[in-house]
Amino acid sequence: MSNIYKEIQKRILVLDGAMGTMLQEYKFTEEDFRGERFKNHPSPLKGNNDLLSITQPEAVKEVHRKYFAAGADIVETNTFSGTTIAMADYQMEDLVYELNYESAKIAKEVADEFTQKEPQKPRFVAGSIGPTNRTASMSPDVNDPGYRAVTFDELRIAYKLQIEALLDGGADVLLIETVFDTLNAKAALFAVEEVKTERNIEVPVMVSGTITDASGRTLSGQTAEAFLISISHIPLLSVGFNCALGANLLQPHLEAIAYKTDFSISAHPNAGLPNAFGEYDETPEEMASQIEEYLKKDLINIIGGCCGTTPKHIKAIAEVASKYKPRLIREKVS
Amino acid sequence: MVKEKKYMRLSGLEPLIITPESNFINVGERTNVAGSRKFLRLIKEEQFDEALAIARHQVEGGAQIIDINMDDGLIDGKEAMVRFLNLIAAEPDICRVPIMIDSSKWEIIEAGLQVVQGKCVVNSISLKEGEEKFIWEATQIKRYGAAVIIMAFDEVGQADNYERRIEIAKRSYDILVNVVRFAPEDIIFDLNIFPVATGMEEHRKNAIDFIEATRWVRKNLPHVSVSGGVSNVSFSFRGNNIVREAMHSVFLYHAIQAGMNMGIVNPTMLEVYDDIPKDLLTYVEDVVLDRREDATERLLEFAETVKGIKKQDTSQALEWRKLPLQERITHSLVKGIDAFIVEDAEEARLSAAKPLHVIEGNLMTGMNVVGDLFGAGKMFLPQVVKSARVMKKAVAYLNPFIEEEKGETQQTLGKVLMATVKGDVHDIGKNIVSVVLGCNNYEIVDLGVMVPPEKIIEAAKKEKVDVIGLSGLITPSLDEMVYLAKEMERQNFEVPLLIGGATTSKAHTAVKIDTQYKNAVVHVNDASRAVTVVGDLLNEVTKNEYVTDVKKEYGEFREKFLKRGKTKAYISIEEARKRKFKVDWNATNITKPNNLGIKVLEDVALKDLLEYIDWSPFFRSWDLHGKFPDILKDEIVGEQATELYKDAQELLLKIVEEKLLKTKAVFGLFKANSVNEDDIEVYDEEGKKMAQFLTLRQQLKKREGIPNYALSDFIAPKDTQIEDYIGCFCVSTGFGTHELALEYEKENDDYNAIMIKALADRLAEAFAEYLHKEIRTNYWGYAKEENLSNEELIKESYKGIRPAPGYPACPDHLEKTTIWNVLQVEERIGVQLTESLAMWPAASVSGYYFANPEAKYFGLGKIKNDQLKSYIKRKNISEEEATKWLSPNLADN
Repeated sequence: MSNIYKEIQKRILVLDGAMGTMLQEYKFTEEDFRGERFKNHPSPLKGNNDLLSITQPEAVKEVHRKYFAAGADIVETNTFSGTTIAMADYQMEDLVYELNYESAKIAKEVADEFTQKEPQKPRFVAGSIGPTNRTASMSPDVNDPGYRAVTFDELRIAYKLQIEALLDGGADVLLIETVFDTLNAKAALFAVEEVKTERNIEVPVMVSGTITDASGRTLSGQTAEAFLISISHIPLLSVGFNCALGANLLQPHLEAIAYKTDFSISAHPNAGLPNAFGEYDETPEEMASQIEEYLKKDLINIIGGCCGTTPKHIKAIAEVASKYKPRLIREKVS
Repeated sequence: MVKEKKYMRLSGLEPLIITPESNFINVGERTNVAGSRKFLRLIKEEQFDEALAIARHQVEGGAQIIDINMDDGLIDGKEAMVRFLNLIAAEPDICRVPIMIDSSKWEIIEAGLQVVQGKCVVNSISLKEGEEKFIWEATQIKRYGAAVIIMAFDEVGQADNYERRIEIAKRSYDILVNVVRFAPEDIIFDLNIFPVATGMEEHRKNAIDFIEATRWVRKNLPHVSVSGGVSNVSFSFRGNNIVREAMHSVFLYHAIQAGMNMGIVNPTMLEVYDDIPKDLLTYVEDVVLDRREDATERLLEFAETVKGIKKQDTSQALEWRKLPLQERITHSLVKGIDAFIVEDAEEARLSAAKPLHVIEGNLMTGMNVVGDLFGAGKMFLPQVVKSARVMKKAVAYLNPFIEEEKGETQQTLGKVLMATVKGDVHDIGKNIVSVVLGCNNYEIVDLGVMVPPEKIIEAAKKEKVDVIGLSGLITPSLDEMVYLAKEMERQNFEVPLLIGGATTSKAHTAVKIDTQYKNAVVHVNDASRAVTVVGDLLNEVTKNEYVTDVKKEYGEFREKFLKRGKTKAYISIEEARKRKFKVDWNATNITKPNNLGIKVLEDVALKDLLEYIDWSPFFRSWDLHGKFPDILKDEIVGEQATELYKDAQELLLKIVEEKLLKTKAVFGLFKANSVNEDDIEVYDEEGKKMAQFLTLRQQLKKREGIPNYALSDFIAPKDTQIEDYIGCFCVSTGFGTHELALEYEKENDDYNAIMIKALADRLAEAFAEYLHKEIRTNYWGYAKEENLSNEELIKESYKGIRPAPGYPACPDHLEKTTIWNVLQVEERIGVQLTESLAMWPAASVSGYYFANPEAKYFGLGKIKNDQLKSYIKRKNISEEEATKWLSPNLADN
């Protein structure tokens, strides 16, 4: 069993912040995204952030480094859209294995640098598995509520390829995140179980849902607790929420599940809600003080940031987290 | 942080957690095609909005989980399950509760699990087909994240006693928990609720064994739940709701105490335990708990005394006899009581100036009340027919007196000619309309069935009728009606023409018949409308306006109808053949029939058919709409339906006991292969070709991957060199119907005259169902494993189909002549085909048997000219003849 289980008992683990926000600062052009290798690729590639793991690996590594330096224990691979389904937008389905493999590999290299320097604080790589751009239990066509743009099996197969590549590249943990349709997450979990059985391995898995608004429900309509029940059939390292809301608004939903599961609880909220320009402007200090509320209530085992968060946010969060004990988890039964 | 105990946690949009403190979890089961005929019909007809309404109704009614089952031979269960669950997912007020995915087929279960985001319950898996399959299915269910119902069933069979129940439960539990590592709190045992008080010694302990096994399971298998379908326990008291309701609550009372914590219970079939009368409670508990040797006898005896009980004092019941004469006559007519009508008619006659006045005065006053109540929807068709019976009896009594006083004729509102057209033998609907019009003071000239057009014309002229009503049930009758309208036009008729019968429609009437006749043509498919329509048509003051309006309405309807319907896209027949339904013949297990050749069955006992009767259509033929048995409790028609059902049961009992109807059947099972994609060659035992069935292929353009079906797709093509088989059959319960109906008519008892025909029709359908089962399990034997318990029998959908020529999969009536030739139907059992290829006697069913497990029912839809041409060539008939027979299905027509 990976030693992340040991570490999570000792302290609150800090997850990194936003990758996209950091990469934007490089102001990469279409040519930068393409690099030499995809010079002649038929479709535009600017905006395909996952591709930068291949065409601009140093930039991606730099972002990982900044987060580890800020105090993160876990960084996420640059693979949020790394499925054949999401990559179809760029006609890059064939590149999916390599994208995930390389992303995991470079993240792992940076993690190992830091672990070597500070062996008392081992660093981990979480393979980021995004929701894809399709939903298995909702129709994109309002006039045909029974229609589905993607099936469970299509998702399962796409996720399986991503999972295999992430593990081959060295990911320590799998993070199924930004789940707004629980059925997509169940397809990913199904794929995880298949890979575990086929390879005869155990892999720590984190699942992080997204509560889209004040209704307290996922986009697919489930309450926080119903979401928890729907994904608890697989042993998980942690369950929690990320994105859509700032730390403040996320709190009641964490409370709704924290007392109802013996999995660890994770959260990586946004830096507040977007302002009129679509930018996130909650300062590191503001965010950290919101998060301190979680810690006082003993809600959290893993904490990090989502949209709009930077190494400064993570640094502030890591500092406040270091003052608190992790939420108590019982020994896993059986 | 406190971790809660191991409770079963399920979810829809909202959580459902089952703790020891939870009340009994009620599973809604109306969304089950095996248990609800209405739901089955809605799914078959793809009326998903209404099907969703049923699901919503259940959730609103308090179901905490909804069970969804699509196991039926007539539908594609997998597709229906996925479609319905996807639609449910868009209805937050339904999908807030967890779903129970119910199927005996793994592929349907898995397809269901793949489209539901919440944590479901799978209903069910078992050790029936061995440990390997069980483990694999449980592993998959675990990966999909669902709880599971385990049936107490293993390789040997279904657990039917205490020891077998606990043995199978223990073994299943150990495998699930230790091998599959299934969460024990996600395991639910269905320990098989079987009927008690069946009279069979071995069923005596059915209930108590379930209860005790439940106790053992809850005590010895930690964290599990126990469930079951409760209504089964009272199966032998069908029809006796007082006893059934008591049995359900007694059973639940004890089973819940023993640890049963969820199940399928119809809340309307449950008496409050404390409200059960003491004596009944004792008898029922004696049976359920098996407390006395003679428990069953005692309950049966008691049950007789409460059967069909109506808590009504007889002295009070006759209170109305003290009312004044007119009120008594009206009462008799409204209530359909014929016991006193002759004595009341006599009393009226003695005080009337002329006997005719009794009819025109007293009786018509009463009938007007009936007419008003019927018009206001406060009386229903069977009641009106009973009223007519009373009326006729009174008139029959009065007639001799009227004839003595010469020169008097009764004034009626008009004369209506009624006929079922040439080639058609179906007359239930026509007779009902006749009776309803008759009791509204119209004179009826009923020409009966199979009436040639020249006879209708002749009678209409001779009798100087005011209205002509035509009826027909089979598609060729539509052409007869068109022909008759043409004739009426040619001979300058002016009387209105009424069109009715199952295959008629407003569209056909407007497009094909109305255009042939310049006077009024009205489609009337509902007896209650007939009175108003005829009234309007004959009203001197308003009739011209009414006729103009009707003509205009049909003209507009026709225009709209013709404009629409052109949007459908078709593909060529070659293309459709390429897109046929492809069976992997090398992987298909074809069962050779146990008996090849032709067999005649005579004297199958009528009583053996009773359990196969589908009652809902019976009520429909009386204009009472609703699903049986719910219809008996329907708020509006419930009382009337119960009454009708009681009368039907009485007559049915008489038919069975006195063997008033004869059952006859012939069927054949033959070697067969498909040839040239769309035809089926039938061979004798030596392999010599004896006949060729022609099938028609769907040509509607479909989504990629959806085949264009023809029935021939279900038979192995000749070039595969695989020996395949086909069957065909004809059954009848109609012999004797006509004579019985005549006898009733002679006694002025239209009610029973119609009833006997409606029952014969039901028996014929039941016979077809019965024979199909015999074919599957015995004569052909491709589904021997179907020998299952009562519940399984009701639930299990069978393999294979029995499509009938003239119905959606094979609308070509001409194929019947091929069946008749192959089986020599007329020579062997006497069922004849009319010139329109209707079967005579009417209560007959014929069709094919296809055994392929992938065979399914479908609707042909419209076909194009290219297929018509191919058909003409293959059938070797003229274009005119082919067009005539296939016209309802021709897209270019």
